[in-house]
Amino acid sequence: MEKAPIVRLREVTKRFDDVVAVDALNLDIFQGEFLTLLGPSGCGKTTVLRLIAGFESLDKGEIIMNGVPLNGTPPNKRNVNTVFQSYALFPHMTVYDNIAFGLKMKQLDKSLIREQVEEALSIVKLLGMEQRKPHQLSGGQQQRVAMARAIVNKPQVLLLDEPLSALDYRLRQEMEIELKRIHRKLGITFVFVTHDQEEAISMSDRIAVMNQGRIEQIGTPTRIYEEPENMFVAKFVGEINIFEGRITEIYNGSATVDIHGQPFKVLNRKNFTTGEHVKVLLRPEDLIVTRDEDSRPVPPSLGGVIDEVIYKGKTVDLIVSLDAGESIFVTQFFNEDQEDVIFQQGQRVHVDWPYGWEVVL
Amino acid sequence: MTRGSRFRNFAIGSPMVWIAVFVVVPYLIVVLFSFLTRNPEGIVTWILTLENYRELFSPVFLKVCMNSLVLALGTTVLTLLLAYPFAFILTRIDENIRRFLLVLMIIPFWTSSLIRTYALIILFKANGLLNTFLLSMGLISEPLSILYTETAVFIGLVYTLLPFMILPLYASLLKLDRRLMEAARDLGATSRHVFFHIVLPLTLPGIIAGSTMVFLPALGLFYIPDLLGGARSMLIGNFIKNQFLTTGNWPLGSAASVMLTLLMVMLLIWFFISTRRVHSGDMEAVR
Repeated sequence: MEKAPIVRLREVTKRFDDVVAVDALNLDIFQGEFLTLLGPSGCGKTTVLRLIAGFESLDKGEIIMNGVPLNGTPPNKRNVNTVFQSYALFPHMTVYDNIAFGLKMKQLDKSLIREQVEEALSIVKLLGMEQRKPHQLSGGQQQRVAMARAIVNKPQVLLLDEPLSALDYRLRQEMEIELKRIHRKLGITFVFVTHDQEEAISMSDRIAVMNQGRIEQIGTPTRIYEEPENMFVAKFVGEINIFEGRITEIYNGSATVDIHGQPFKVLNRKNFTTGEHVKVLLRPEDLIVTRDEDSRPVPPSLGGVIDEVIYKGKTVDLIVSLDAGESIFVTQFFNEDQEDVIFQQGQRVHVDWPYGWEVVL
Repeated sequence: MTRGSRFRNFAIGSPMVWIAVFVVVPYLIVVLFSFLTRNPEGIVTWILTLENYRELFSPVFLKVCMNSLVLALGTTVLTLLLAYPFAFILTRIDENIRRFLLVLMIIPFWTSSLIRTYALIILFKANGLLNTFLLSMGLISEPLSILYTETAVFIGLVYTLLPFMILPLYASLLKLDRRLMEAARDLGATSRHVFFHIVLPLTLPGIIAGSTMVFLPALGLFYIPDLLGGARSMLIGNFIKNQFLTTGNWPLGSAASVMLTLLMVMLLIWFFISTRRVHSGDMEAVR
């Protein structure tokens, strides 16, 4: 992604009364990317979107689009369009008039408007619905109209404010695929806001994890998931197990961490020093659970008892109560070679993981 | 019969009896009177006739009608122009100030509107407050004659009926989803476009309701033209009142009342149809 950013946010700050919604935030958005702002409610992600759209004014900093500062430019003069959380379709207008609204404001020729509305309708697969009113459509269809109404204007940046949150689970997954398809087809830059980490991971080119008006980490979904830079990102994105440990030895590029008396060898990416207290983070699917009856535990490993077995079809989730007292969450894929390995509540197991799969903070 | 259903029957039944006895029956008497004849001594006699209605089509009464319609329409337009911006701002300000302003608007209702009309007389008369003030400021050299003109009637009607325009407008502007205005801005609409394409169409039910609540009373209110317009201003309301109380021509007054009612019914039907048309596909807003 060496292209020049299409939108740059520099030291952007926004306060509501005494609450700092966005705190000196820097962000570069690149041409054609699918960028997701991910974070809990109240983290300022929607405010960032509204600042780019022009619905809110900046307290400090600047937003630069195509090299030109946008400060003071009203929403109707910005080359961005928004898909609103609750769609905000005009209830008194037909689907056609809703989608044509932006083009009519540009005072385009009637036949040109018709042509472009038809095209937008075909992209969102709603041909034949032109004369319906919004309330005659299902949630999914309304969502598609909202998309069409925005993309028909061919904005440089499309802002999407939790557009899938009102849909049920199945429809949401369907729309995720649709959104990706539309993104690829149009090549428009998408800035997507969500609190749903699964949505963010499955759709984005890059994710910016936000917390308290700041970006905690920005990177590809893989980076965010596999290598969280701090505890907030680790805990917010996906399930994670946290072990408290202490560095006992340092080698070239790796280290030994003492966890509950077991010496685990880990990668030393952050130049830890001997004696330092650290947190070792492991995703449920990165842990390996072995029944004591299948093989004797060899150090380093953590012994425990299976507390709960949750069968998920493709995987089985285990809650293991470690001898040291804590509970951990493990996801195991079925092993085709060992079909007879069946986990049961109360079985004694030991837990370890392949070297390097951990994150040490 | 259970206790609950007895209460329900009472709750629904008593107002219905009340309306039947004190509204429907008197009104039927009015309708009946409108078809009766008045003998030369002024006594109503049992001779059925359409003469009263024919008399209504005389140029005099038609002029009264026209006057009333023009005045009522003017009142409606002016209250709408005054109330709309007020109601709009009311929905967008801090809740405490909003509540305060709403209370201010309600307070005049604690006084009879008849008394408030007398207060207007004190304000408008030749040596009244307004003229005294303007004279002392040196803005005018001789008193304005506002009282007993059409202007005074007009001001009186607008003053009395303004809250009836504000309240329905306020209710429908309050329901207006602000995100729709943002969406329109986002799609390139200027403020003027947002108003004419989004705000106005979506608050049309409120505009129609408010207009009905101003227009219909403006046609019928008789004490405001009586007190503020003096003898010069003859409107439908005064005409009817005069037939009953001054000339003693009850049948003609009844016929005029029936005509006024028919006019209002027609307007209400129009109101009903037009709101329904606006409502279809609108108020069940997108959730």
